[in-house]
Amino acid sequence: MVKPATTKDDAHALFHSLRSAYSATPTNLKIIDLYVVFAVFTALIQVAYMAIVGSFPFNSFLSGVLSCVGTAVLAVCLRIQVNKENKEFKDLPPERAFADFVLCNLVLHLVIMNFLG
Amino acid sequence: MAVPVDNLTKPTPPSSTLRFAFGNVIAFFILLLIGVLAFSIRLFSVIKYESVIHEFDPYFNYRVTQFLTKNGIYDFWNWFDDRTWYPLGRVIGGTVYPGLTLTAGTIWEVLQSLNIPLSVETVCVFTAPVFSAFAAWATYLLTKEVKGTGAGLTAAVLLAMVPSYISRSVAGSYDNEAVAIFALIFTFYLYIKTLNTGSLFYATLNSIAYFYMVCSWGGYTFIINLIPMHVLLCIVTGRYSSRLYIAYAPLVVLGTLLAALVPVVGFNAVMTSEHFASFLVFIVIHVVALAYYIKGILSPKMFKVAATLVVSVGLVVCCAVVAILLAVVASSPTKGWSGRSLSLLDPTYASKYIPIIASVSEHQPPTWPSYFMDLNVLAFLVPAGIIACFAPLSDASSFVILYLVMSVYFSGVMVRLMLVLAPAACIMSGIALSEAFDVFTRSIKFYISNLSEFLQTDAGDTLPGNNVSPQNEVLKNEKKEDTLKERPSRKNKKKEKENIEKPSVKSKTEKRPLVLPVEASFFALFLTVLLGGFYVVHSVWAAAEAYSAPSIVLTSHSHDGLHVFDDFREAYAWLSHNTEVDDKVASWWDYGYQTTAMANRTVIVDNNTWNNTHIATVGTAMSSPEKAAWEIFNSLDVKYVLVVFGGLVGYPSDDINKFLWMVRIGGGVFPHIKEPDYLRDGQYRIDSQATPTMLNSLMYKLSYFRFVETDGGKGYDRVRRTEIGKKYFKLTHFEEVFTTHHWMVRIYKLKPQKNRIRGKTKKSKSKTSSTTPRSGTVKKNPWH
Repeated sequence: MVKPATTKDDAHALFHSLRSAYSATPTNLKIIDLYVVFAVFTALIQVAYMAIVGSFPFNSFLSGVLSCVGTAVLAVCLRIQVNKENKEFKDLPPERAFADFVLCNLVLHLVIMNFLG
Repeated sequence: MAVPVDNLTKPTPPSSTLRFAFGNVIAFFILLLIGVLAFSIRLFSVIKYESVIHEFDPYFNYRVTQFLTKNGIYDFWNWFDDRTWYPLGRVIGGTVYPGLTLTAGTIWEVLQSLNIPLSVETVCVFTAPVFSAFAAWATYLLTKEVKGTGAGLTAAVLLAMVPSYISRSVAGSYDNEAVAIFALIFTFYLYIKTLNTGSLFYATLNSIAYFYMVCSWGGYTFIINLIPMHVLLCIVTGRYSSRLYIAYAPLVVLGTLLAALVPVVGFNAVMTSEHFASFLVFIVIHVVALAYYIKGILSPKMFKVAATLVVSVGLVVCCAVVAILLAVVASSPTKGWSGRSLSLLDPTYASKYIPIIASVSEHQPPTWPSYFMDLNVLAFLVPAGIIACFAPLSDASSFVILYLVMSVYFSGVMVRLMLVLAPAACIMSGIALSEAFDVFTRSIKFYISNLSEFLQTDAGDTLPGNNVSPQNEVLKNEKKEDTLKERPSRKNKKKEKENIEKPSVKSKTEKRPLVLPVEASFFALFLTVLLGGFYVVHSVWAAAEAYSAPSIVLTSHSHDGLHVFDDFREAYAWLSHNTEVDDKVASWWDYGYQTTAMANRTVIVDNNTWNNTHIATVGTAMSSPEKAAWEIFNSLDVKYVLVVFGGLVGYPSDDINKFLWMVRIGGGVFPHIKEPDYLRDGQYRIDSQATPTMLNSLMYKLSYFRFVETDGGKGYDRVRRTEIGKKYFKLTHFEEVFTTHHWMVRIYKLKPQKNRIRGKTKKSKSKTSSTTPRSGTVKKNPWH
């Protein structure tokens, strides 16, 4: 009787603390997080579409999903490098991090365009 | 204490930067020399024989490169080859690893545009030595990331000369490994560099280098399984950091995409079990990253709550996903692995199920002496290197240790994979030797500086100065050692540590450096140099004597000088000059590549061995009596049959020695070929004790036809060391058209079917003539 209540309370407390801790992050990081969520959401839509329609041509499906996953991963890397709380990257200028991000995205999309068919 | 120390620090900065610059210049010139060494040690075969392409596989690569340079890249991608595996053909564009041919083709194009007229063959022959120089430089870069410049230079020198790598990259060995080993080391270097710096730029370069590796060699699966293993190891040992995420996650996404771009790999990049490890660890690293992130933003109490919640829910989901995955994987008979990978995991798999893979001599496990032959001194420097890597353990050194352990296991399964062990052994040995040199030279320097300090204090200092100066000298020694140590180990992270170390050294007045007694260190230094000398002598001997044979030209020394056996090229030249362009030649699969490249004739089977049934057809034909073999070859439109025979000169790799594989492979598909029919007491024999099936087989007849004419009636086979069983016989369905000078290659032509069958009367008359007695003089017609 007491246990489920405490678990629910725990869950509520956890949710609230997560929310409050997350709202403390700077806006630029929140924008990157939004981009990551968007990319993953797009990937899920593509997977659902493939489940409905079928996987031919497979290379188009693969390139579409992997481009979404790829930009999500690269955005996470950018977030890691730009985050001021990260002590390992404190002497990396954020412009350099963004330039690397753009370069990697360029390579990724070049490969995607080639593989799209 | 501060004032005298300041006086001492002033003169050191300019001299230390001078030392830096001097050291850098010397390192550059050493690297240049290492490149020249790696190139020139592989030129023995060009000097001893000629600039010719060796062995079997390189001839196929050479033919593909010729096609590429003549017809351009679009025709190359879409090339369907109808001159091999007749009548099936082979899709070259989709079944070949294009890295090597594209590299050589690009080099040729660049040289042509610069108006340097090197032929395609020259470019192909010298590609391997050039890329081994690059591989030595890549080893320097990799080891520098792990331990520092000194270790890097030592490892590069060791790799330039290690016999195992020389064996697959001599001038003329135009095979995939020539560029693939360079790509392997370079990919690993970029991975370690990304891991050390956390820069996304190097992660991109890492993916591109991995793409080059996938283009070059089927062994790329080693990389895509080793790196996830290392990531898992780092996570499990608590070394997770955001740099690890940056090093691994973009590599998986970009790498899978790039691997899927190569036609040979295609969708295998996401569907075969060889790649599943990378996806699994991709998911794991995301879970771990999320866990660390949440741990960072929550308080510890809340984190515990979150952990219990997630674990309870997550376990259920995990079990469901794993169950689905296992069901999918178990439904395929090979559990999703390819035959070659399975034979690596289970060494007995190939001998049970795929005799073709088991028959290749490169796929056998190595013997113990081959480790010493191929690695020499490195074999026992490697454990010292492992210990040196553990002190201190970093991400990079844990990677090198894992690489070494994995490659040792795989080299124990297949002797061909000793090649993958070579760079790991060189890196480890380089680290060990460099650390040893460090200790010895440090001891000697300490002794010399103590000696000079002793002489200085003897030269009449004042008493108060006496107390100060020895301590100053000790401090100066410490600083000297620190600046000395600073040069070989110039990692970005370590600079901070040493800046912290310096003030702590200044605060201490006495610190005991790790040194050995000076006599021991002199002697040990001398012995280490001697060890290096032994290694160099062995490597040069191995390169000159053991690994420089082109195997298309053979030599032997006898009392009357040097004999050269150029029979193979003689036979191929005869074929190309004396047969029609569209004639089909049948031989055992070993000679397919050479026949298409040098004789330019269509073959039935070649070294690609992708179709087991076709090879079994040829094997059955070689094991059958003449008539049945003629039928099989006629159905394949074969005009000429080529056999290799070494009995006259003692060449041991001839077709009679390979005959047991023909029987086994043929018998695996056609059950009327039974191996016990050819064995007497469990052995293959061709002397008088041989079985009649053996003596009637096509291979026996084509090899020993007219053999007794060479030594006056005895027919002594120098390889099998007996006289042959059936000495005088005639061929009924084949005719001999060419035998080379030393009887090593023999070419036969299929006799056409007779127009008129003599001796057979018409059916209407047969009833009346059936009563006529058949005399013994009636010729038995072989076409019935």
